[in-house]
Amino acid sequence: MSQLNATKVEKYRNHFLREVEANVEEGHWVKMCMQCGVCSGSCPLGPYWEHPPQEIFMMIRAGKREEVLKSSSMWFCTSCYNCIARCPRELPITHIMHGLAHYAKRLGLAPQNQATPKFAQYFWDNLYNGGGRVNELKLGLSLYFMNGLVEGIKTALKMRKIGQGMYFSKRMNPFEIFGGHSCKDSQGLKAALNKAREIEEAKAAQFKG
Amino acid sequence: MAEKKLGAYICKGCGIGERLNTDQLANVATREGKMSFVKQHDFLCNSDGVAMIQADIDAGTVNHLVIAACSRRAKTDAFNFADVAISRANLREGIIWVRPATAEAQETTQEMAEDYIRMGCAEVKFINLPAASNEQSLVRHVLVVGGGFTGLTAALEIAKAGYQATIVEKSASLGGVAAQLHKRIPNCSPFAESQSNGIAELIAQVQGNNNITLHLNSTVTQTSGAPGRFEVKITQESGSTITANFGSIIQASGFKPYDATQLLEFAVGKSPDVVDQLGLEALARQANGGKIKRPSDGKAVQSVLFVQCAGQRSNKPGHLPYCSGHCCLTSVKQAMYFKDSDPNIDAMVVYTELRMPGAGGEDFYRSGQNKGITFTKGVVSEVIPNSGSLTVKFNDLILNEAVKQEFDLVVLATGMVPNSGVNIEEVVAAPEEDKTEAKTATAAPVETKLAAESILNLDYRQGPDIPQLVHGFTDSHFICFPYETRRTGIYAAGPVRRPMDMNQAAEDAAGAALKAIQALENAALGRAAHPRVGDLSFPQFRKEGCTQCKRCTVECPFGAINEDEKRYPLFNEARCRRCGTCMGACPVRVISFENYSVDTVGQAIKAVDMPDEFSEKPRILLLACENDAYPALDMAGMTRQEYSAFVRIIPVRCLGSVNTIWISDALNSGYDGIILMGCQKGDNYQCHFVKGSEIAHYRMSKIDDTLKQLKLETERVKTYEIAITDIQRVPQLINEMANTIAKIGMSPFKF
Repeated sequence: MSQLNATKVEKYRNHFLREVEANVEEGHWVKMCMQCGVCSGSCPLGPYWEHPPQEIFMMIRAGKREEVLKSSSMWFCTSCYNCIARCPRELPITHIMHGLAHYAKRLGLAPQNQATPKFAQYFWDNLYNGGGRVNELKLGLSLYFMNGLVEGIKTALKMRKIGQGMYFSKRMNPFEIFGGHSCKDSQGLKAALNKAREIEEAKAAQFKG
Repeated sequence: MAEKKLGAYICKGCGIGERLNTDQLANVATREGKMSFVKQHDFLCNSDGVAMIQADIDAGTVNHLVIAACSRRAKTDAFNFADVAISRANLREGIIWVRPATAEAQETTQEMAEDYIRMGCAEVKFINLPAASNEQSLVRHVLVVGGGFTGLTAALEIAKAGYQATIVEKSASLGGVAAQLHKRIPNCSPFAESQSNGIAELIAQVQGNNNITLHLNSTVTQTSGAPGRFEVKITQESGSTITANFGSIIQASGFKPYDATQLLEFAVGKSPDVVDQLGLEALARQANGGKIKRPSDGKAVQSVLFVQCAGQRSNKPGHLPYCSGHCCLTSVKQAMYFKDSDPNIDAMVVYTELRMPGAGGEDFYRSGQNKGITFTKGVVSEVIPNSGSLTVKFNDLILNEAVKQEFDLVVLATGMVPNSGVNIEEVVAAPEEDKTEAKTATAAPVETKLAAESILNLDYRQGPDIPQLVHGFTDSHFICFPYETRRTGIYAAGPVRRPMDMNQAAEDAAGAALKAIQALENAALGRAAHPRVGDLSFPQFRKEGCTQCKRCTVECPFGAINEDEKRYPLFNEARCRRCGTCMGACPVRVISFENYSVDTVGQAIKAVDMPDEFSEKPRILLLACENDAYPALDMAGMTRQEYSAFVRIIPVRCLGSVNTIWISDALNSGYDGIILMGCQKGDNYQCHFVKGSEIAHYRMSKIDDTLKQLKLETERVKTYEIAITDIQRVPQLINEMANTIAKIGMSPFKF
């Protein structure tokens, strides 16, 4: 991976654009952006983005590989789909943002102290190791204790009433903490996911420096 | 025409009968208007009413009629009677629709109607029926000056319509700039790929057409005459000259590419790898679909930068201030040359604003993006030639940073400079005596950097070429009346009238061809061309009264008036557009039309009943241009906007036809206020006669002296520019004048 990070990309050349097209979900749409800025204006979290979507697209075309992939921007996307609904060029902007985030994470370039990639990793580990199903109790607790034991206990106490309510209305089973249940043929699912990752990595390897 | 038989018809429909005392109106028409009979009808524009009028005309009892009903702009199809003079009194839009239906308003409203009847009766007595002079003949032959894409297309369109065309081309070959293009911007769906320029096929079609005559290596050395009878001398390079007659002329003299060597910051001339768009077309033709090689060392280009708006859309000295319209599309097309030969070539376009005109423009842009052309908004500041590459400095305006980047080739999107010949306004500024010398002296005019040679060599008093509007383009109204120039029967098409691409030039050529055909057909019947199409009247003047002041010859916007050997005005009927600007100019009132004269308007002004100074009933005269202001007033009526009952409106052909003598006469006979409404003037003119409104405004700027002589307040006369959409504004202006008069008091000139 580290070699991949170091790939030299010349500015205003199509290398990085081609890399994005090959590896990022819906990445082939990036070149079609006409820089009107409607997406940036429509994003409810726009003011918090380091680079608004339309700028991200221009940065990709300008070959700013590190800056794009290390950016926290696409991790702010809440999938509200305002940008997709309004884009006059009909770019699937939300999907591209998630695609870019995913690609950056795979390359190990996603920002370390941003909450969204952390949660995404918990979610994935929970699903991948938990036999193809998300164990909500375990996922919730791992989030409570994400920032240490004291924080975790505080959060748990704060959420006590909701937990009790869910327990009495049979929305939560405390015994799930001891393993829980998995989907059928969880080993087969794991194999399929491993194969998919293998294919993706082979594709990305073409762009190693 | 023989004896004038006067009759009036008053319509009682559309509420006129309920709102007005029509018996009283009929009385006014007979007693004061001296009509030999007056008929009233409940619904004059229905078949029964029209049949009644037609029967009277057929029986010979009437040939000059007043129709008191709706506006002269309404029901024109119903009240369309041949060979009679008609005056329309506007009782509907002009009175009942703009006045409240209240008892207290009734008196003034009725007075208004009676005045309109008096005015109509006065006007009709002075109308004569115009007739063609029968001196015309039909010349079904159009001269096309310029053998480029526009000229060829125009000639073909003319030939297809069954008329003769002659092309005069200065160079040795046809096709002009379009023939130098490797490919052209697509002109049909799906607008994704550039296509063959099609010039070879076009030339073959022209050469194979029996209706088209070609003169290569030739120029027009003299154009004299008028629409329907242009006499043109065509001179070959060798010096041999032929003379031919044409019905009308299309000027398709095209453009020159902007001289890019002025752009020092882009290293033009310093490095052969900096080219303009035509330079790239030459490289692409050399490569012919293969890899394009850069001129300096023949290396296949791997990275290319397109610089949009190079030396244009800029106010720097020597730059073109306007947008040339085609360059964004052209750059997309040219970047595709590279992407099509090898998708791995990096092609980038730096723009400040990207504009993709035409139906398929945006599709073509999308297709370019799809091929991987990179577009960014930015400003290129410098191109530095190095050994083996070019360093380009630019400011990326989207990422907001200064960038330095290497490219193999830089293409500059420079603009179009029109080939519009001599700027006659500069020639006219030269002293009268050296007119012939001035023609040659303007070979180096101050404003345009390119040496200007006359294209048409018109033998007109006003100068050898078509007047220009802005930036050296020939004058033609972009939206309302393209192709029309200020020289009747001569039409401009293609980039000589505004920057454009080939798709637009093809439309222009077809449009101008139709206009040229229409002009020669109309000229053959002695009828006017745009905008008073079909009008048979033309200016006539009383030679005995003429003082040879030359105002008419100078002010005519269309160069219709020459001078004869005794320095009297010489009217060219076929060049005339019938605006009446000459009539308005004449200080001794000797110029008039048969059906529109100093008398028809002057008598209508005098016919108005003038209440005395103590009646508190002022009279406001409103002279409204029939093209925009009068329709706006009609629409004010249709939308039921009230205005003062003291106003009396007279439509005029153009504000330019308003003679200041009407104004001083009106003031002398007791009018309290006068409003003039013309069209927008200046570079963005909306005046149908181009200069009429401007001239009228100029004349009226001098009216203050007259007012001071009469010891009248200057507020009593106002001149406005009115657009056809000023429906709310016109009633306000009228009411404003009524309020002004209430403030400053009545005119003391009532008798």
